[in-house]
Amino acid sequence: MKCRKCGEPAVLELRRHNAAFCAPDFLEFFRNQVREAIRKHRMFTRDEAVLVAVSGGKDSLALWDVLIDEGYRTTGLYLDLGIFEYSVESKAKCEKFAAARGVPLLVSAVRDEVGAPVPVIKEVTRRPPCSGCGLSKRYLMNREALEHGMPVVATGHNLDDEAATLFGSVMHWQTDALPRQSPALPSTHPKLVRRVKPLYRLSERETAAFAFLRKIDYIVEECPFAKGATSITHKEILSRLEDASPGAKHNFLFGFLDRARPAFERAESVILNECARCGQVTTGTICAFCKLADQVKRRQGEGHANHRA
Amino acid sequence: MKVILRNPRREVDVAGNRRVKDILRELDIIPETVLVICGDDLVTADQVVREGDTIELRPVMSGGRARSR
Repeated sequence: MKCRKCGEPAVLELRRHNAAFCAPDFLEFFRNQVREAIRKHRMFTRDEAVLVAVSGGKDSLALWDVLIDEGYRTTGLYLDLGIFEYSVESKAKCEKFAAARGVPLLVSAVRDEVGAPVPVIKEVTRRPPCSGCGLSKRYLMNREALEHGMPVVATGHNLDDEAATLFGSVMHWQTDALPRQSPALPSTHPKLVRRVKPLYRLSERETAAFAFLRKIDYIVEECPFAKGATSITHKEILSRLEDASPGAKHNFLFGFLDRARPAFERAESVILNECARCGQVTTGTICAFCKLADQVKRRQGEGHANHRA
Repeated sequence: MKVILRNPRREVDVAGNRRVKDILRELDIIPETVLVICGDDLVTADQVVREGDTIELRPVMSGGRARSR
């Protein structure tokens, strides 16, 4: 198999583009896709400070790598979820990455903010672990960006993530979720920063290949709580579709963004308030994060009382 | 050849010189879900892996996400 651009031996075939690339041309293809995403959705400018949410995985570190090379003013944010050895290792990967490139990294621990790490939140709420984890991440990313004067948070969500999320929303006809699925969510409140996904044009396999070829030391092991998660099942289904029909995921997501999303966007009207407790943005009186922290505190109190009894 | 799989990490032996796409089919792995690594290189589906080689099939799927905002 030969590189489409230079004719040298290829290292990666991209069936959905009917192409294969050598390493240097693939890296350039990847960076061009990120540039196009940033340009098309006016995600951020070179004058703006960008908070890059990093997990130690391939996607977020690949994103940070591209943005640093492109000359953007970035700061990393690692949220310590307290998921046993997985969190210890992923944090070390982020610290090593930041130190090697001389870029700043903020670290915030869910345990300090919510009152318990993700494994305890899972027990306390009796909800899937991804639920409390995702809620905490979204809240803390926004708050950290605000506190550090950064107008935008960039996350490593890729094409597969976005297609799987869309698939899940459509499967359950979560029409309230559909207008919020976008590569770039604007700030709709003074206390809500922009959220952007510069990797949305690139598949999971492409981000993994980029990380490998750039010799980025990322955590290959999966989060222990991801096994059996619905989003993983959806990804597996979509990957089978993609295998049978290259470009299926791309067409599904991009067709939605170009042709269907505007209709749902018009239908949505949400009033945003500030949480009476913490001041962050919510659609209710008390935000979901403060409710979660309350629930953790209450259950832990009950646990201690039972233990004493 | 030795084939290294991840999550959980394990090794399987595959006999003979084989094309990557045939190895993946035999192990029932969707090509879209892995990187095929031989030493410091990525290899494409049409390449032949030799009897004495070691390849890693590194999964690319990550997730377990809650619904976004």
